[in-house]
Amino acid sequence: MSLLDPVWTSLLYLAAAVCFILALRGLSSPRTARRGNLVGALGALIAVVTVFLSARLDNIPWILAAIAVGSAVAAPVARRVKMTQMPQLVALFNGVGGGAAALVALLELAHSDNPWVRVAIVFTLLVGAVSFAGSGLTFAKLQELMTTRPVVFPGLPVVMSAVLLAAVAAGVAVVVTGSLPLAVLLLALGLAAGVLLVLPVGGADVPIVISLLNAFTGLAVAASGLVLGNVLLVVAGTLVGASGTILTRAMAAAMGRSVAGILFGAFRGGSTAGSTAVSDRPVRSSSAEDVAVLLGYAQRVIIVPGYGLAVAQGQHTAAELALALEARGIEVDFAIHPVAGRMPGHMNVLLAEANVPYESLKEMGEINPEFKTTDVALVVGANDVVNPAAKTSSGSPIYGMPILEVAEARQVVFLKRSMRPGFAGIENDLLYQPQTSLLFGDAKDSLAQVLGAVKAL
Amino acid sequence: MDGTALLTITVLAVFVGFEVVSKVSSTLHTPLMSGANAIHGIILVGAIIVAGQAADSWVLAVALVAVVLATANLVGGFVVTDRMLHMFHAKKDTAKARAVEPKGGGK
Repeated sequence: MSLLDPVWTSLLYLAAAVCFILALRGLSSPRTARRGNLVGALGALIAVVTVFLSARLDNIPWILAAIAVGSAVAAPVARRVKMTQMPQLVALFNGVGGGAAALVALLELAHSDNPWVRVAIVFTLLVGAVSFAGSGLTFAKLQELMTTRPVVFPGLPVVMSAVLLAAVAAGVAVVVTGSLPLAVLLLALGLAAGVLLVLPVGGADVPIVISLLNAFTGLAVAASGLVLGNVLLVVAGTLVGASGTILTRAMAAAMGRSVAGILFGAFRGGSTAGSTAVSDRPVRSSSAEDVAVLLGYAQRVIIVPGYGLAVAQGQHTAAELALALEARGIEVDFAIHPVAGRMPGHMNVLLAEANVPYESLKEMGEINPEFKTTDVALVVGANDVVNPAAKTSSGSPIYGMPILEVAEARQVVFLKRSMRPGFAGIENDLLYQPQTSLLFGDAKDSLAQVLGAVKAL
Repeated sequence: MDGTALLTITVLAVFVGFEVVSKVSSTLHTPLMSGANAIHGIILVGAIIVAGQAADSWVLAVALVAVVLATANLVGGFVVTDRMLHMFHAKKDTAKARAVEPKGGGK
């Protein structure tokens, strides 16, 4: 028996849905983003309280215990994770959401006589499983539990086609028969498809795949809403599916590629042939003191941060260096590539953590014309986002990606750990140019040495 | 609710979803993705319904797994997004005080 009148139930679900719409709208503007997120959380709270008050539920102690377990695991992880590891955590949360949607659909199969409901169940099972397995694999790639390079084996397109055909056949069979073992088989095929989908995606493109899988999970949730006849799930899932699709396309555009190219580019071969060999061409390496002199007597310096800065936790030192240079009357800006870091917009989050003010963070379109009049471009742990191969070498995996035009600056200084190529696995010709010098070492240590030397000037 | 009403709602939600995020700047791509991620954790409502109607113990077991996973998605998603956005916020407040206290604030 329910405590709440069905009309009130519907109205409360409507209120939750409105909260989600406001949350997404709030999240698309910096001023309202945090409030938007809290409104979204409020909507979720309303919805969960409503389901307890309205539906006829058994096993309530068990359910509450499961909610407690889920919260007890997720909240501390979410609170403690390093900002640099944020992308893989987002991938993981997305995956478990997809997994939950697939399990809900599996259990609803027993109650479904309507073939249309079974179609929705089959869709949720397949998409949820793809999202779960695909997200798991992106997590492994970002956490560097496995190689970040595209993994392609000769029979991959054949295997992928076979899995998809089998999934379609199993899906049709489930719709016709409603058989549970076949549904479990479909789930397994979905998991395999998720793995096969993400394996050939190379490191730099992984964030876009996370966004795509996020949209997939939204669609799976919407379909499970159709199965359960729950309007809130339909609305929330559809919202995420639609906004996730837009976001995926925006991110892909920021990197100058198509979503299909990212997913299936590796199948065409050739495009993944990033060089792993280290060239033996000479480079000009430099000392911290040399770099400090270059910076200290410049008029205009642009710092180009990349993932190397993030892993070394060097953002605070970089912010201090910028302050020290500004104190000498030097104009300093940070040039932020849209995909610097491991996720679009990730670098902004990291530099915000170090209290670098908004005005100093310049986006690519804004800063690119300024490199020509810049004395020193200081590239800290970035490689792919400044690689001129993106403009000049049509065979390169990053060809077509808009880059920061560091090569235009009078002097370029790279702070790098080694000559190993970057995330995309390709060499950067800029390292061998006459105006370039390199300071080898951990980004944070190197920055601290340069900072010390600047202060001693 | 009948099929056409659900279809109407679905189609309208697609348009709202497209409209709401159509002009987002790349600065906010990551928090927006993470926030949308948290919202689909609302599958928790579905998982609770399935678990609450489970008669078999194995059905209950699978449903409870779904509840745990969905809760992790929902709670973790909102917490992570809030942490990310907190950094944008903290910076705004400390931007002026920054020259005095370069490493302070933010937490």
